[in-house]
Amino acid sequence: MAEFVVFAVFALAALAGAFVMLVARNPVYSAIGLLTTMFSIAVFYVLLDAHFIAAIQVIIYTGAVMTLFMFVIMMIGVDRDEDTSERLPYQRPIGIILAIGFAGVIVVAGSGAWVTGSASFAVPDLNGTIETIADELFGTWTVPFLGTVFLLTIAAVGTIALARYGPTGPRPVDDGEEPT
Amino acid sequence: MTLTAGWFMGLAAVLFALGGAGVLLRRNALVMFMSIELMLNAVNLTFVAASKALGQVEGQVATLFVIVVAAAEVTVGLAIIVAIFHRRASADVDEFAELRG
Amino acid sequence: MTDLIWLLIALPAVGAAVLVFLGRRLGEPGAGWLATVTVAASFAFAVVSGVGFVGGTVHPATVELFSWIPALGVDATLLWDPLAVTMTLVVTGVGALIHLYAIGYMHGDPRFGRFFAYLNLFIASMLTLVLAGNFAVMFVGWELVGLSSYLLISFWFERPSAAAAGKKAFIVNRIGDWGFLVALMVIFAAFGTLDFGTVFGSAPEVLSVGTATVITLLLLVGATGKSAQLPLYVWLPDAMEGPTPVSALIHAATMVTAGVYMIARTGALFELAPVSQAIVATVGVLTALFAATIAISQRDIKRVLAYSTISQIGYMIFGVGMAAYTAGMFHLVTHAFFKALLFLGAGSVIHALGGEQDMRKMGGLRTVMPVTFWTMVIAWLAISGVFPLAGFWSKDEILGAAFAKGGLYTGLWAIGLFTAFLTAFYMTRWLAMTFLGEPRWSDDVHPHESPWVMTGPLVILAFASTFAGALNTPWRLALERFLEPSFELVTQSLPPESIGVVAALAGLSLVLVVLGIVVAWRRYTTAELPAEAGRFWYVTLHGYWVDDLYGRVFVLPGKALSAWFAAVLDGTVIDGIVNGLGRTVRGFGAAMSTLQSGWVRSYAAVFGGGVLVLLVWTLVHGGVI
Repeated sequence: MAEFVVFAVFALAALAGAFVMLVARNPVYSAIGLLTTMFSIAVFYVLLDAHFIAAIQVIIYTGAVMTLFMFVIMMIGVDRDEDTSERLPYQRPIGIILAIGFAGVIVVAGSGAWVTGSASFAVPDLNGTIETIADELFGTWTVPFLGTVFLLTIAAVGTIALARYGPTGPRPVDDGEEPT
Repeated sequence: MTLTAGWFMGLAAVLFALGGAGVLLRRNALVMFMSIELMLNAVNLTFVAASKALGQVEGQVATLFVIVVAAAEVTVGLAIIVAIFHRRASADVDEFAELRG
Repeated sequence: MTDLIWLLIALPAVGAAVLVFLGRRLGEPGAGWLATVTVAASFAFAVVSGVGFVGGTVHPATVELFSWIPALGVDATLLWDPLAVTMTLVVTGVGALIHLYAIGYMHGDPRFGRFFAYLNLFIASMLTLVLAGNFAVMFVGWELVGLSSYLLISFWFERPSAAAAGKKAFIVNRIGDWGFLVALMVIFAAFGTLDFGTVFGSAPEVLSVGTATVITLLLLVGATGKSAQLPLYVWLPDAMEGPTPVSALIHAATMVTAGVYMIARTGALFELAPVSQAIVATVGVLTALFAATIAISQRDIKRVLAYSTISQIGYMIFGVGMAAYTAGMFHLVTHAFFKALLFLGAGSVIHALGGEQDMRKMGGLRTVMPVTFWTMVIAWLAISGVFPLAGFWSKDEILGAAFAKGGLYTGLWAIGLFTAFLTAFYMTRWLAMTFLGEPRWSDDVHPHESPWVMTGPLVILAFASTFAGALNTPWRLALERFLEPSFELVTQSLPPESIGVVAALAGLSLVLVVLGIVVAWRRYTTAELPAEAGRFWYVTLHGYWVDDLYGRVFVLPGKALSAWFAAVLDGTVIDGIVNGLGRTVRGFGAAMSTLQSGWVRSYAAVFGGGVLVLLVWTLVHGGVI
């Protein structure tokens, strides 16, 4: 019961955060809303006995990613209220209908299996989560794990390249030829 | 009320839909990007909940990979937004419609 | 040794390939020397591998290179027999001398390297033609010769007349090629193979007289195209637009001899069709006469020689047509020498006079250009048929064979004899107008003797023109014995057995030749050139207006038809279809482009809608909902 109360509180917080992110006119508020949601999700991970993932969630999302978002918002100076009126025809009703449709379809589809509680939710204990994850990660999933190394390297190089070339494209190389 | 995986799944579905709505309805590229992160987080939640329900750790491993990929995506994506902003002094995606047919 | 005869073709072909890419870098005269050396090496190799036929130590052999068109059973094969040896030696020997000469003649041309690449290609093509072991390979060589001649005739393509001459040569040759190609199809249909050995060996059993006649007449069409016979001779005089070494190569060693060679090679088929033989011989002798009458009144130094070539090739076709293959080939060899000599000499004169080709503005060059003059005297005597130079022996062997055959051929013999008189006349006129008499060139021209690379080949060819007659005299039939293995399957026409009759015939032709020389000499060595007025001169100067006739009968209707096609068929129907397609696509694109709003969020909405639809479909399909 105590678990359920915790879940309920943080579920409301997550939904509120997501809603704030969606409707806030100022991107800073959006970021703070998303921060709330992500922290709540970390709490859910704890509830689900995924302590390692919870830690990662806090460190990477709330720590690194959201800080980066904040930094960018401040840097490019969009930390002010903006016009949120819709100019695309029918975009707003379409978006709302699609969102409701997604949520509805997923819930309806899952209701048969999930919400009834028939699934054995608390059956086995994932004893010592970090060890088991490490076993999996460095045993079965070694190659994909190494693949992420390349992915991160490429991302870093790409970011540097984008920063290096700036607003007017790559600096022209003087090859001594007359412009045509 | 007992806490079952279904609750987490339902919550994740709603968060996912809210993220999708954010992508479709907000014009600010940064906020659209945040919405995408929200959608990824919603999916992560389902992974972990399923992992708990099935007693298998693979769901958590998948979550780890998603987080790594998302981190890479955030760095590049934000760099692109910054580059575009330098050029156009705007983060409004509706203004980037040069590919209109 | 015989296995390696593909080297004969490969050497000049490689030379051509190298020169195409590196000709500009090699420059002058390196490119010319490279080309000359490859052809000379081919010649040396041909001598070494062909000399065994003289003693009988080497036998005719077919060399299989590779499987070419397995579906038709056609392989790339080469045939190495005395006939091929003879042709190869003429092509490479005379060709090498012409290459050497061209180094001097083409001095300073901006496309020097390219010129020698084409010359090498020409030699390689001609060798493919003469070394072919079956009709398919021969056809490849046949077409390549046409291509190279086109490239060379229009080498100075900046001049519209040269470009037009190249086109004319190519198109007229296509008509002949059509005949040759159809002949090959009929042969393949009849024999199921294109191999020389099989076709000639089994011809008497397989072919009826009718089929043989059809095949041989189609082959004759091919020969008239390549060898410039009536009625397809018109391209050859215009081919003078090419540089003079090209004229020499086309007229003497390669190209025009292809038809003669082809008829000699396919003698076994002509053997079965006496009617075709008579037609071939008639075409040949009529061409000889026809071209000789035109040559009489030409004023361009090279056009005289061009018509003279047509006339002499007519003799050869006459010879091979009546199955006097040795005589025809003999004349081909001697003619190669003295005609190459004449052209190179004419080139030397043109070179000395700074491009002047009108003989009325020449004269008196004998003291200025002594080497050229004396070699030209030898060539003049040789082509006129004066004893004991080369032309005398070969021409009289053809005429003798015709006389011995009797019947229709006696009439043809008489025409040939009269042509000999005309030949002596126009060649004397040519020599006199160019070298004798008083100088008529303008004051600002300063003629000079040519450099040694040009006079050297002249001297060598002059020796050959003098002594080549010894190859085959009535007392010593060296060439006939040498060619024996190639003509085993045919019955050759030979000159009369009795030396007395031969001597009488030779004496008769000699009298006519001397008469021609004397008449022309008295007429053209005067201080003033005689006025060539009157209807005869007027008509022959214009070549009987055959070009105009062809222009009116074939070219104008062709142009009108093309114009109609261009305007009506292409302009309305084809363009209508194409433009209609274009308009349809453009309209569709315009309609679709409205979907392309450029708004990322619209795309996202469409994408999301698609995902939702797929999701619902999957769930419904899976029975979850």
